[in-house]
Amino acid sequence: MKIFNSLKAVGLMVAGCLFLAACENPPPEAVQRGYRGVGQELLYNPDALSEAIANNQVPAPQPPIPAGGPKAGDIYENVEVLGDLSVGEFTRLMVAITEWVSPEEGCNYCHVDEGFQYDTKYTKKVARVMIAMTQKANVAWGDHVGGAGVTCYTCHRGQNIPEYVWATDPGRPHPPGVMTAGQNIASVNAAYSSLPNDSFSLYLEGDEEKAKDLPWRVAGRTALPNGNAANVKETEWIYSLMMHFSDSLGVNCTHCHNTRAFYDWEQSSPERVRAWHGIRMVREMNNDYINPTTDWLPDHRKGPLGDPLKVNCATCHQGAYQPLLGANMVNDYPNLAKYTVAAPTTDVGEEAEAAAESEENTEGMTAGN
Amino acid sequence: MIEYQNIFTQVQVDAPDYPGVPIGKDEEHRMGGPIHSWIAGKLGDAQIGPIYLGPSGFMAFLFGGLAFLIIGLNMWASVNWDPIQFIRQLPWLALEPPAPEYGLSIPPLNQGGWWLMAGFFLTAGILLWWWRTFQLARNLGMSNYLAWAFAGAIWLYLVLGFFRPILMGSWSEAVPFGIFPHLDWTAAFSMRYGNLFYNPFHMLSIAFLYGSAVLFAMHGATILAVSRYGGDREIDQITDIGTAGERSMLFWRWCMGFNASMESIHRWAWWFAVLTVITGGIGILLTGTVVENWYLWGVKHGIAPAYPAIDAMPVVDPLMTEATQ
Repeated sequence: MKIFNSLKAVGLMVAGCLFLAACENPPPEAVQRGYRGVGQELLYNPDALSEAIANNQVPAPQPPIPAGGPKAGDIYENVEVLGDLSVGEFTRLMVAITEWVSPEEGCNYCHVDEGFQYDTKYTKKVARVMIAMTQKANVAWGDHVGGAGVTCYTCHRGQNIPEYVWATDPGRPHPPGVMTAGQNIASVNAAYSSLPNDSFSLYLEGDEEKAKDLPWRVAGRTALPNGNAANVKETEWIYSLMMHFSDSLGVNCTHCHNTRAFYDWEQSSPERVRAWHGIRMVREMNNDYINPTTDWLPDHRKGPLGDPLKVNCATCHQGAYQPLLGANMVNDYPNLAKYTVAAPTTDVGEEAEAAAESEENTEGMTAGN
Repeated sequence: MIEYQNIFTQVQVDAPDYPGVPIGKDEEHRMGGPIHSWIAGKLGDAQIGPIYLGPSGFMAFLFGGLAFLIIGLNMWASVNWDPIQFIRQLPWLALEPPAPEYGLSIPPLNQGGWWLMAGFFLTAGILLWWWRTFQLARNLGMSNYLAWAFAGAIWLYLVLGFFRPILMGSWSEAVPFGIFPHLDWTAAFSMRYGNLFYNPFHMLSIAFLYGSAVLFAMHGATILAVSRYGGDREIDQITDIGTAGERSMLFWRWCMGFNASMESIHRWAWWFAVLTVITGGIGILLTGTVVENWYLWGVKHGIAPAYPAIDAMPVVDPLMTEATQ
């Protein structure tokens, strides 16, 4: 009887250990990112990793087209941002974009039967803005997208609207006698923390001058007080944005930070610099490309407060530390990595010149419409 | 008779209704029951009630209830009085302190005024409850270890929600009322002030907190283990040690070379528990008021070692490189 009891006890202990060990199964994979023994590790769930690999497969590129031939801007009417492409490359890119963005609707998602040149559909105008935005990202934001670059597919993945977009949160309805403080509700934007649930409107768009005064760098920079007035509440806003970073990339804080001194650049990984440029890139995308479409975008493509659906980290990253796990699609479509506005009078050799022209073009186009 | 006893007592501690000793006054404040519960008898005494309420107890319940209602109704209103959302979102919901711009002024109710009001009532309720523990001990001729230990916890509570916000000049520095929100506040607080783990008073508080748990487990286990020899008559054994006390003290002397006495173990436990909140409160009070970044404070005082970087590329603040370009 005694032996039976001790067997039972041993069995219970073994079962208990198994139960505890199985809290996360399969156990996470740890990648060391800092000095040994200080916990600078990235933890990955193998199931989530294999899911990410499955979700980030790249479609086969369209077969290459022989170089040369007349330019699209000379042959077709109303070609604004891709005028400098050869007709063959132009058509090849159009086929690819159809596959990436509107595989079911086909050409008619943007074009009308009366002729390819007409801007009748808003989607065609959006496509123009998006192509200019993609080119700008690849040309000017190498500090963030360098190495892999971005194409339409990075965000769209075969859907008309990328899966992860955001619009200004109108807040939840509540009687006027209480406040919600823009937080304290389960929200995917704050990665299901109780932190502010629309850090995007604060940090990822808006006036660049005012942006300098936002609570970005809230942590103290000196051992003793020196006039840093940042508040714990303000800290919660940038903390919420960081939760979005972590959630969008499928990484821990330690991907960028040494968590013992979050603020300290010298102890951070190079990825933090990449992310720093990413914030500015996304701000530019939302401010200069997406928000100007507000005037002519139909209401069903806007958020509840009438602002367009905008970009954040998840739009491209979609749970992977590098979008599409770092696959380079731009190599197959080099025209998305340079400015291709047809410039009949000057040679498009100077990158800066072309950049200025392209921006003018974007502004003119949106203002004109 | 030697018999096996598990963590729940095998003996029902039960007796006919017993209102407690007469203390010569206030007997009308004992109200309710008594009733007798077999389940309660498995955990403690089978008799439930009477409870001594008294004016301080009544007011403590009233103020605590008001605070509970204000917090709960604010949470419920914040989901537009939707009962299902109230239950679903309950861990996320909160009553937030005022925004920074209000400083230490009294803001409108819907801008943090409710928070101030709930905080006032909760504090009043807690202080009255403290007075009640003090008074009850007095009435029973006890000394006041309990009330002073409770005062330690109230110290930490007041530092978080009252003393430190006043020193910082803003109610917004205080903790929100809410389940996840107060935890997220804690993490944000640590990040704002450069990692609380380098705060030596936080270190002490953690040591005493974990130490309290270990001492509690060691003491409970030791006394249960010798209860077959009457070891549960601990107070008698302070002066008349007996075989239970000798065995338990020998166990720890053989185990680690040093042992507490039947009396001192209770003083250890009391001080460990009380120092947890006293040191914790000091650590919070210093944060932001006299120390801006605890990690840098740790570097300055040689408690935060530097480790070699692994990443090949030295990382520089991009704002600094931009400035030099």
